[in-house]
Amino acid sequence: MRFDSLLDSVGHTPLVGLPRLSPSPDVRLWAKLEDRNPTGSIKDRAALAMIAQAEADGLIKPGDTLLEPTSGNTGISLAMVAKQRGYKLICVMPENTSSERTQLLLMWGAEIIYSPAAGGSNEAVRVAKGLAAEHPDWVMLYQYGNPANAQAHYDSTGPELLADLPTITHFVAGLGTTGTLMGVGRYFREHKPDVEIIAAEPRYGELVYGLRNIDEGFIPELYDADLLTSRFSVGPRDAVKRMRELLEVEGIFAGVSTGAILQAAIGTANKCVKAGVPADIAFIVCDGGWKYLSTGAYEGTLDDAEDALDGQLWA
Amino acid sequence: MAVEVRIPTILRSFTGGEKAVSAEGASLQAVITSLDASYPGIGDRLLDDSGLRRFINVYLNDEDVRFLDGLSTPVGDNDSITILPAVAGG
Repeated sequence: MRFDSLLDSVGHTPLVGLPRLSPSPDVRLWAKLEDRNPTGSIKDRAALAMIAQAEADGLIKPGDTLLEPTSGNTGISLAMVAKQRGYKLICVMPENTSSERTQLLLMWGAEIIYSPAAGGSNEAVRVAKGLAAEHPDWVMLYQYGNPANAQAHYDSTGPELLADLPTITHFVAGLGTTGTLMGVGRYFREHKPDVEIIAAEPRYGELVYGLRNIDEGFIPELYDADLLTSRFSVGPRDAVKRMRELLEVEGIFAGVSTGAILQAAIGTANKCVKAGVPADIAFIVCDGGWKYLSTGAYEGTLDDAEDALDGQLWA
Repeated sequence: MAVEVRIPTILRSFTGGEKAVSAEGASLQAVITSLDASYPGIGDRLLDDSGLRRFINVYLNDEDVRFLDGLSTPVGDNDSITILPAVAGG
């Protein structure tokens, strides 16, 4: 496959069957390998779309400084696109993220401002909003509320899935900014409304939920619960177990958040088997495991991995 | 019918620091009523006039109750309920 530039190659990812993890010939699991994007994660789609839309709207021009709260992948994707297009990028990232994320951000030329570990991404959002107010010349694309994030998945991820798997019955993805689920969910509501849209939400260690009061909670502006069929919370133990199973049984080396998504996908598959209904369940492999090697997720027992991930933003 | 309810850090001031407590009830509403009887005031932190508070998520065996039957969701023995504040991902 030939493209004019790296940015033109974003998307068009393979959808691969999982013949051994699928519970029966009638209930099949399919993995969409988003780690095949230029920086190795699904966030390349949203980053490219948000920058392209801001350029089209005349909000930014090369030479400008972009600011973004991110736990890592979106920042890395934005850094890559920003470098190609001539922008400076400042990322606000929680300090409890893997060291690989810091290294990659710096390699692609981003500047990092760390936010406190307690409170996780909520804190990063708060700090970034404060910086944006202090620096009116910086442009915050704001992945949690930027319609171009979800639109990227409406325009590309959704159509790719339907083209590759016209018999799709379920779509399972991670719930972070909600961009993937909202965009793909809206696409299927319009093009194949019986497809069930299932969210897998990472359940972190207690440090991440260290809010001062309940009113500091956060729901991304993009989120529309009406587009979802169900929503599961998946803890690190189940996520790591499934992540390892995916490598062991099907040879796919994925990150920890993909394990959480697979847990929800397999739960869905088992329900379909029990109900005796055929199903084609597509789920997202958000990224490869490379960025998480230092976290301990791939070594030792499940207990070791669970302890190692406690307090980290692993998705 | 006893169920285990996992309490987030931010609400443990009501449970004397306990991370998980036992409650009774055949529906989520009944479980919250039972919780509030044991730990007065906690119900008000979970519910407002419209139902579950906006930034409170409740999961029955890892599934978000907003996509089940909300406060009417049936709860059985051996079920586990987890309460968490809504936080950002991404």
